[in-house]
Amino acid sequence: MAGYSDPGFDTLSLHAGAAPDPTTGARGVPIHMSTSFVFESSDHAAALFNLERAGHVYSRISNPTNAVLETRVAALEGGIGAIATASGQAALHLAIATLMDAGSHIVASSALYGGSHNLLHYTLKRFGIETTFVHPNDLDAWRAAIRPNTKLLFGETVGNPGMDVLDIAAVSDIAHQARVPLMVDATLTPPWLLKPMDHGADIVMHSATKFLSGHGTVVGGVLVDSGLFDWEASGKFESLTQAYEGFHNMVFSDESTVGAFLLRARREGLRDFGACMSPHSAWLILQGIETLGLRMERHMRNTQAVVNYLDAHPMVERVGHPLLASHPSHALSQTLLPRGAGSVFSFDIKGSKAQGQAFVQALKVFSHLANVGDAKSLVIQPATTTHFRMDAAALATAGIKPGTVRLSVGLEDEADLIEDLKRALKAAERAADHSHVKTGA
Amino acid sequence: MYITVKDERHYAYTGGKDWVDGQPTVVMIHGVLNDHSVWILQSRYLAHHGHNVMAIDLPGHCKSQGTPPASVEDAAAHVLALLDAAGVDAAALVGHSFGALIALQAAATAPLRCTHLAMVGTAYPMAVSPVLLDTSLHAPHKAIEMVNNFSHSTLAPPPSSLGPGTWLYGVGRALMRRVLASNPTHNVFNIGFHACNNYASGEAAMDAVQAAHIPTLFVLGTRDQMTPPKAMATLSSRAPHARTVLVASGHAMMSEAPEDTLQALHALLQTKQ
Repeated sequence: MAGYSDPGFDTLSLHAGAAPDPTTGARGVPIHMSTSFVFESSDHAAALFNLERAGHVYSRISNPTNAVLETRVAALEGGIGAIATASGQAALHLAIATLMDAGSHIVASSALYGGSHNLLHYTLKRFGIETTFVHPNDLDAWRAAIRPNTKLLFGETVGNPGMDVLDIAAVSDIAHQARVPLMVDATLTPPWLLKPMDHGADIVMHSATKFLSGHGTVVGGVLVDSGLFDWEASGKFESLTQAYEGFHNMVFSDESTVGAFLLRARREGLRDFGACMSPHSAWLILQGIETLGLRMERHMRNTQAVVNYLDAHPMVERVGHPLLASHPSHALSQTLLPRGAGSVFSFDIKGSKAQGQAFVQALKVFSHLANVGDAKSLVIQPATTTHFRMDAAALATAGIKPGTVRLSVGLEDEADLIEDLKRALKAAERAADHSHVKTGA
Repeated sequence: MYITVKDERHYAYTGGKDWVDGQPTVVMIHGVLNDHSVWILQSRYLAHHGHNVMAIDLPGHCKSQGTPPASVEDAAAHVLALLDAAGVDAAALVGHSFGALIALQAAATAPLRCTHLAMVGTAYPMAVSPVLLDTSLHAPHKAIEMVNNFSHSTLAPPPSSLGPGTWLYGVGRALMRRVLASNPTHNVFNIGFHACNNYASGEAAMDAVQAAHIPTLFVLGTRDQMTPPKAMATLSSRAPHARTVLVASGHAMMSEAPEDTLQALHALLQTKQ
């Protein structure tokens, strides 16, 4: 135990939410592949359904294995609890569906994962929820975009893929002055790097598919509540402060001073939308979390080496990592992310789009695929893949050029990563010569 | 529901049920820097099993107006005033920690108005260390960390106050921060600790309760660092007919051992006076 604080990060990574199984003595977390759980009596059944007693009923709503994951991520983030979802997108949707009605408005960072941008910009509009996008570092724009019907400010702790670091304290101040919460997507900065709630974020979501899982084996999401936002004082969230017909006229803010959001999200959102996580997925993510601290340390060490190598390479026009003084978020990242701003970043290769493609094709250690946060190093071109739905203007706003390459630096031997990049950059250089000869002919 | 006492609105959570005339009443009283929601599971169950429940926010805490009680005696007088205002002749009094002392004192002050007494996670005398008294005044957020750490005994609690997936260290911390912030005028943390520390009428109060034959229950946590079971020896020795239930938990037994705590309370409430 670490004095008067919660136990330390690595202890929580291994133990939060899980004790040896009381029935079997199993030390590892059992995978409870059971849809349902037997009631002790009719009274027990009724009490569970009515939230008079705590326990498991049906695995769409809760499951013992999932509960370990939820408790563990909440512990690591410093929240009050969490809900595991089928994916990161499901976590984002669950939060929005819990807080919003048709006619609600969101202010969001323009530097979002393409899937999140798509949900906010296109899909939610169809359901009467509008979003205004602002540059994450333009605090005046955040402030100016807020309307009377705004119910949420949303950004990524580190924007994808430009790595604009969100000034969480400043944006949360703006949110709280407007009596709305700040939610952040912390997928690229797991809590070993940053605990957004310590800086004022009210809700944190993760695509657990990435660093939390860490091995590219599972899709999942987690939604964590700080318990610190006062929904009643806000006056904007009737879904949490007024009787809910869909659950025996429960007033969630009466039930729990700190837990109204999670209560409704689980009792309505999971129940009705059903984007729950498989217990097997939860177990896989738990295996990843057990070594999260160790992995992140190595991710950061390798990232430092790769960034330094690329920054000094003549074929590289720009490296977009806050480790470098040239990055607009360098100063902020030094204070907010002293252990590093993550291992997912982009850089621009000098030359054409074809040269960028040649670079990607020549890599052998880095795998060309659409994921980040894997133990294995990964590469992709955002403009043609993750962000392909965005038009040119939106791409420019997000800091993405046609030839921008995104790396997710993994845990391989540092020398092998550098050698791989060296060989691929040489291939990119040769592609320019080849292109010139062909053009000349 | 809100109950008006001396022109001030006071909040009592009713367990999600409307008041039913003729049902027995249970008043549940929270501890220092807590509110009604620490009883979320027990209060909701009892309300749906034949009781009118009043899980109160003490004056000056969260949804209740008024000045936070500076003494156990003041708080006990407030509880009795609440019963008057709600038109309740007698009720079971259930308290946690500081709230247990309040319940004891209220029962002793008006024994005919107390049908049952449950003292959960408590001690007498409830000496608060000078360090904690000082820290709660000058660095309350640091004191919250101290109390929160002392109050929890497990990293792997059963499904709890918010259901499965609840991180109780986080719930405890967030609730204390919210309660502290709910009163910008008075430091309810420091005031509550002083009230605990200064309470000196416990023996006399317990003697009065026993003389009135009020069924009495102590629910104590075997891993409680704030109010360890041995710290109840003074009172339990004066209550030979009281029932003591030890639960495997720390100080936050309503959330760390919600089922055992509920069953102990439920059993008490079945006891005839």
